[in-house]
Amino acid sequence: MKLKPRHRRLAWVAAGLVAIGIAAALVLNALGSNMSWFITPTEVAEGKAPAERNFRIGGLVEPGSLERASDRVGGTFRVTDGNNAILVSYTGILPDLFKEGRGVVAQGRLDDNGGFAATEVLAKHDENYMPPEAAEALERAGHPVGAGAASQAKNP
Amino acid sequence: MSVELGHFALAVALALGLALGVLPLVGAQRHDARLMAVAQPAAMAQFVAIVIAFATLIAAFVNNDFSVALVASHSNTDLPTELRVAASWGSHEGSMLLWSLMLSGWTCAVAAFSRTLSSVLRARILGVLGLVSVGFLLFLLFTSNPFERLLPAAAQGRDLNPLLQDPGMVFHPPLLYMGYVGLSVAFAFAVAGLIGGRFDAAWARWARPWTTVAWCFLTLGIALGSFWAYYELGWGGWWFWDPVENASFMPWLVATALIHSLAVAEKRGAFRSWTVLLAILGFSLSLVGTFLVRSGVLTSVHAFATDPARGVFILAFLVIVIGGSLILFAWRAPTIGAGNSFAPISRESMLLANNILLVVAMAAVMLGTLYPLVLDTLGLGKISVGPPYFEAVFFPVMAPALFLIAVGPLARWKRSELPPLVTRLRWAFAISVVSALLAPLAAAAAGVDGPAWRPLTSLGLAFGFWIIAGVVVAVTDSLRTPGRRFALAHAGSRARMQPASVWGMHLAHLGMGAFVVGVTLVNSYQISTELRAEVGHTIELGDYRLHFTGLDHVTGPNYDSDRGHFEVRDASGKLIAELHPEKRVYRASGQPMTEAAIDRSLLRDIYVSMGEPLGGTVWAIRAHIKPFVNWIWLGCVMMAAGGFLAVADKRYRRRLAQRESRAVASARA
Repeated sequence: MKLKPRHRRLAWVAAGLVAIGIAAALVLNALGSNMSWFITPTEVAEGKAPAERNFRIGGLVEPGSLERASDRVGGTFRVTDGNNAILVSYTGILPDLFKEGRGVVAQGRLDDNGGFAATEVLAKHDENYMPPEAAEALERAGHPVGAGAASQAKNP
Repeated sequence: MSVELGHFALAVALALGLALGVLPLVGAQRHDARLMAVAQPAAMAQFVAIVIAFATLIAAFVNNDFSVALVASHSNTDLPTELRVAASWGSHEGSMLLWSLMLSGWTCAVAAFSRTLSSVLRARILGVLGLVSVGFLLFLLFTSNPFERLLPAAAQGRDLNPLLQDPGMVFHPPLLYMGYVGLSVAFAFAVAGLIGGRFDAAWARWARPWTTVAWCFLTLGIALGSFWAYYELGWGGWWFWDPVENASFMPWLVATALIHSLAVAEKRGAFRSWTVLLAILGFSLSLVGTFLVRSGVLTSVHAFATDPARGVFILAFLVIVIGGSLILFAWRAPTIGAGNSFAPISRESMLLANNILLVVAMAAVMLGTLYPLVLDTLGLGKISVGPPYFEAVFFPVMAPALFLIAVGPLARWKRSELPPLVTRLRWAFAISVVSALLAPLAAAAAGVDGPAWRPLTSLGLAFGFWIIAGVVVAVTDSLRTPGRRFALAHAGSRARMQPASVWGMHLAHLGMGAFVVGVTLVNSYQISTELRAEVGHTIELGDYRLHFTGLDHVTGPNYDSDRGHFEVRDASGKLIAELHPEKRVYRASGQPMTEAAIDRSLLRDIYVSMGEPLGGTVWAIRAHIKPFVNWIWLGCVMMAAGGFLAVADKRYRRRLAQRESRAVASARA
């Protein structure tokens, strides 16, 4: 190919733009289908949760609500923000820091009975630490965690 | 040693940093040799001061001085000594001090090994590094003083987070920071070059080994972090696309692009502006990573808003460093000049494609990491972006770059013809594609259990084999006397003719191939189960039987633990390993921790961890078979080893010696 240097540079720029365009399309598509919104138990009760999509809920594990399954690992428990609670079912080993009365975040979707089928239950790396989404749920419901609880988060 | 001495030493280091950041730069503008001569002694003195500061902090930790706030909140008398040392960087303040120590260490190394640089360039590089150190020392002294006293002193410390109580904590942060901070040297070379307007091959040759070494440490640091997470988090994942991981991965992607573009800048004089921009970008991303991890924005935007001092400081520092260097770039870039031209098919064009792909991949990772933060900050709601996003984006973007790894080293500089490239690589291509299709079939025939074959399995294997085959072709070609068949007798002498940097490149590429094969196989063939198991129960997993034989209690130095006993047998009943996973409760914090037990080998890991007690001798047990998982980290170690080998190239030393003798000669004249 005999191209003038200026044309050659233009060709490079065009190729670069095409590559970036393809990448941008990929990225936006993947982002749209793989991000999950955070929704509080009260919002779920108000019917604001998406029906056919993954989302996250957070709050406190209601004391006395954990019922372990007898035939598999996992079980059901209720997540509350102080005003409303939602029944969460999960199959799998609960994380080390999962405890009744403590903050929890779960990822999953609504099941047929209006409960929440979790695919993942998250606990952060620290005993004193409230997961930010859990703290946010309590705050939105008007029951903020003691000031500073969120800033106690240690470095990861 | 009292921590007040450390605090004072830190203040002295700040003063030295100011001297280092101002005098040599002024001297370089005015050609004042006396001012420029300040740089080397100031750099070395600053290093000594920070070493003293760090030593007093470590001493406070080792001696359990709970009148120091940091020690009281991050250590405990029951903590083993090596972990007390590591606890000194297990906190925000301590890790920032480690940052500063690494920075002054790199600065000191540049001062010591830069006698061949022109005095003006050296003064500028050290000056820029001095300015960066001023930013970090101000940050330490005003927002994150590690030496703060706690009065009255605590009787006992609150203990280090149990997750961090691991040998990984001793090595991972220093290695990672060596890499992070090492990128500051490439940055200083770039800025010094912009000020002086001199970007010849010699500039690239000087900047190259420093950048490569930083990249090696970054590679090792990230790999060790992944290896650590794999066994410590207890559920067998090795990469989580967590924002903290992404914060270290983004600079790695850019540094990888940078070491490739520096090769072009040195060999061909092309890509110079781009190289400078990458050097600025690489260090900026290590600062952004520091901001993300250290300011608290990741844990909660609100936490950041309630205690903004640190975040605002780092943000301002970011704006000054990134903004300042980009303005300097915009102003001076026209003086850099274009390099030599090259054809659309040439080694340059392939390296350019590699660079674009790496930067695009970095941008995609950055978007996924920052987008939730931006939405949250703007009050538009809270979202999370999970691993599926990163996996969906990352592989398609990196696939062409993986393809080019095999082609690039065979292509000629300036202009390469397609037909010879195709001829040289056709067998490699055929073999890698056929074996990628056959390997899963062979595995199935051999009775390897696991999920069904997926197209991605063969695609991933094809890329891995292709990279490895490409290296084999390049190496055998280089060992063959031109125009003749390959002969073992001549190969040895031909091998010695190849410079170390070429061998380093091949080793690093081979590591990438091993990495891709490992990732593909572990993703395709891993088997996992989570179940209730009682003592006496046998878990069947693939070809293995895990027999739960018993439980006992163990008292550790600072924890109590329930320990399970497992006998692992193969299909024929032969005992392969005994595994002892633990569930620990750390006494000081009461925090539970899962200690997985792993039987490691090159071909597979058998991984057992204990979930929670379910009454009696019943436990929730998690078990995995992870085929080829160790290839992932082995591949990373090979990449880093390749980098170190490349730096050991005689070229850097021989040129150094020549230049030295020339400098001596010109001094005499």
